[in-house]
Parts: sequence; C-alpha cells; structure tokens
Amino acid sequence: MSIEAREARQPWILLSPSLTAITLLLFVPLLFILVYSFWLRTAVGDVEPAFSLENWRDAVTDPFYRDILLNTLKIAAITTVVCALMGYPAAYFIARARGNKAFLLLLLMLPFWISYIIRTMSWIYILGTSGALNTTLLWLGLIDEPIQMLYNETTVILGLVHFLLPFMVLNVYVSLEGIDRTLEDAAGSLGATKWQSFLQVVLPLSLPGLAAGSLLCFVLGAGTYITPAVLGGPRDAMFANLVFEAIITQLNWPLGATLSLLLLAVLGTLVMVYNHFLGLGQLMKGLS
Amino acid sequence: MGWRAIQIWTVLVYLFMFLPIVVVVLLSFNDSQFGSFPMTGVSLRWFEELFQNEAILRALRTSLILGLLTALISTTLGVLASLALVRYNVPFRNAISTVLIAPILVPEVVLAVALLLFLQFLGVHKSFTLLLLGHVIFTLPFVILVVQARLMGIRRDVEEAAMSLGASPVQTFFSITLPLLTPAVAAGALFAFTISFDDITGTLFWKPGGVETVPTQIFAMLRNSISPEINALGSLMIMITAGLPILGMAISRWLSVRKSRQQAK
Repeated sequence: MSIEAREARQPWILLSPSLTAITLLLFVPLLFILVYSFWLRTAVGDVEPAFSLENWRDAVTDPFYRDILLNTLKIAAITTVVCALMGYPAAYFIARARGNKAFLLLLLMLPFWISYIIRTMSWIYILGTSGALNTTLLWLGLIDEPIQMLYNETTVILGLVHFLLPFMVLNVYVSLEGIDRTLEDAAGSLGATKWQSFLQVVLPLSLPGLAAGSLLCFVLGAGTYITPAVLGGPRDAMFANLVFEAIITQLNWPLGATLSLLLLAVLGTLVMVYNHFLGLGQLMKGLS
Repeated sequence: MGWRAIQIWTVLVYLFMFLPIVVVVLLSFNDSQFGSFPMTGVSLRWFEELFQNEAILRALRTSLILGLLTALISTTLGVLASLALVRYNVPFRNAISTVLIAPILVPEVVLAVALLLFLQFLGVHKSFTLLLLGHVIFTLPFVILVVQARLMGIRRDVEEAAMSLGASPVQTFFSITLPLLTPAVAAGALFAFTISFDDITGTLFWKPGGVETVPTQIFAMLRNSISPEINALGSLMIMITAGLPILGMAISRWLSVRKSRQQAK
C-alpha cells in the first residue's frame, strides 16, 4: 500500500471505535424505537410486531399528553427567559471585569461539577416548611406558621433555572469576549451614549451566544424529569415524566417509545432550525 | 443600567448559585435529628452514620466502579477520535463532528429509552453492562469536546522531529505524543468520571432492580423522608465532585511547573 493511502486510512482507524459505538448505541436504537412505536402491546403484556398507528394516535390526540407537552414547553420557555434575564448581565460583568476573570468563571463552573440531584434537593432545605426561609421568617416574627412554598410550578422553574443558568452565562460570555472592544469606542466617539452603543453594537453582536445559551436551556429544560419529580407537585409532571411512567411503571414500551420520539421530534426540530440559521459551531464553543 | 447595578446583579446571581450548596454543607454538620433548620449544634455524627449505612456504601462502590470504567472506555475512544479530527484532514469533518456530539443533542430521556428498548430486544437486560454502555455513549461527546480543545495546543513538529531521527510511529506515539497528551487525557477522563458519577436520568432507566448509584440512592431516599444522612452524603459528594477538578487543575499546574523546571536545567 502506498504511503498516501495509509495516511488517508489512519484517521478512519482512529475514528472507527467512536463512530461504531455511536451508530450501534444511538442511531440504530433510535431507528429501532421508531419501528417499535408501530408495534402493539397485547393484553397479556407482551409486545408483538405489527404496523399500527394506535400509539401515535394516542400520543398526538389524547388531550392528557397534549396538555402536558404544552405545559412542558411553557415551563422550558419561562426557564429560558429567566436564565437570559439573570445570566446576560452576569456574563457581561465577567467579560468586562477588570479583576480576575478566570476566577469568576471558575466559580461559575463549580456548580456544574456539583451533583445535579444534590443541587435540586437543596431547594427543599431553603423553601421547605422547616427550611431556611421559613425558619428565618418565623424567627423575625413575620409569619406565625411555616408557609408551604414547595411542590408547585414555580419551584420546578426555580430548580431548572439553578441547573441551567451556568450554560446561559458561559455561552453569552464566550460571544461577548469575541466582540472587538474598539467597536464600542467607535460608537462612543460618534456620539452614542453607553446605553445606545450597548443596544446597537454589543447586544446584536452577542445574539449568537444568547441564542446558543437559550437553545441549551430550552432543550435541557424540556427534557428533564428529575426536577419536576423532586420539586414539583403531583400536577407538575413534565413530558419526560410521562415517558418514565410509560416505560418503567406501566411497562408499556411501544407507548413509551412513541412518546420519546414525539419529544425528540419537537426538540429536534428546534435544534435543526437553530442549526440552519446559526450552525452548531457556536454551541460547541460554549460547551468546551 | 449603570456598572454598579450590573455588579450588584452579578453578586446576586452568584449568591443564587451558591446559597443552596452552602446550605447543604452547613446542614450536614448539624446535630439536629431532622436534617433541617434550626441548627442545634455542630457534629460529625451524620458522617459517621453515613459510613455505617450499607445501602449508601454499596451505591458509592457501584458509582465509583461505573465512573472509573466509563472514564477508561470513553477516554480511550474519545482521544483516538480527537486525534483523528485534530491531526488529519478528514473529509466530511463537519458531518463527523455532528455525529460525534449527537448523544448530547438528543434529549437524555430519549437516548435512555432507545438504548434500553434496543438492547432489551437483543437480549441484554437491565444490567451493569447496559449501565456502562449508556454512560460511555453519553459521556463520549464531552470527552471529545474537551480533549479536542486541549489537543489544538500541542505542536506537531516535536513528533516529526522524533520520526526524522528514526523513531517508528508507535515509538513516537508512546514516547512523545502520549506524554504531551497526558493533560488532555486527564481532563477528558476527569470529565467522563464526573458526568458518569453524577448521572441520574439515564441511570434510572438502565439500572437493574436493587442496584443503586449514589444519585439514584439519594433520589430513592428523598421519596421517603429527608434523613440527615443525605446531607452528609451530599456534602461528601460536593467535596468529591468539586474537589476533583480543583485537584486536577492543581496536578496539571504542578506537572507544567515541573516540566518548565526540567527544561530550565
């Protein structure tokens, strides 16, 4: 074999273990559950190959699933907006701080490394009936008995914001760092106020980062089932909780396959639209 | 909005991020029976109880073994793939990159369901193997992203020098490339271990009955009642998961300092 041919083969040898693993453990399984979603669960609980649209009809038309899907998208949207409002100024501060930027970023990354379940659980100690907030309010004499603040939609959103905020800040920070600072000076010398130059120069240039952060927050938020399971009440189930119920509790796998594909279709469309307009490159910048 | 306002806002954001974590650590040293406020005294008793709790210790062992194996496999695959992407002119680079990070673009629940149903169909039931395969596929993209970023910084001419002096490609890899790669490999492995150690979404789908990892054990305990041992466990996990990266950074710093000293000699 010629040297060129060997040289050309080498990267494929290096890539093949990863590509094989992802094909066999992600793409093939996804195709499999697509087929599976047309199969049927028999009365005895076995699954038999068939071609039936029953699962899809149930998943798409049943108002129970539809309401939860809409509610999930609503919760993810509110979470994303709150993350943007909280995260943008913080990212701006870090990007423009004169002090130790690396330290500020490291501090922000720290919660990333801290267990998701612990971070979610910790809100119980803050908002629970014997949590920090109630204890303080009681001690101050502002209330006579503890208030029930947990297990509702607001606490689910709170937990999600706490989980996702670093993703937003990092992405916005990366795009703010990439902006040429002289542009702001130029705007200033042409008579723009600080606020004007922010609105017309900095904000538009940082939109790719804001979009990448928002996509991550939305997709990760809409796919979660731990946060609503820990911080939500019985009526705050999100779509992923339905999938879990169908697969683990009811053992209705064809239905579970259908529901997860529905979730994938909705969130996948979003990712595709994003990729079409902005490309996934921005997303990877923020992730690494 | 003035700079001052932005500054205050940022402080509030950091407080929001850290307050809950501080509370968990604080409560883990609380003497009280109930694992909640008010603090009645400082004590290490919940840490002692933690180390006598068989279920928790078993979960800790499972999580450690799973995390280490995941890190080993994921890092091996990830380093090879990253080398291919950084070192060679691969055709269809963008498409390949997208395929490699696909496991994080697909919602984890969907990945979990697909893998579970497919392997079940093949006769691989819920087991440690399934857990391991799931964790590998889920951590692989993160390893590739981190290792790729680190690899960009390594200069190729050192290897070329070794080869021109007569070293074989294999010799060059083991005596030149690998030592230079060490920080990237360590960062990738650390990332894979931490993500595996922390994973709960996929794990709840893949784990066989009776087997718990630390996060699923905490999840199960939360459903009953909050026991103060969870706080001690949480505190411990905060120390492990936050301590490891800091340790990793310290080590890589120490290595680079040592290297520059050797070069100075």
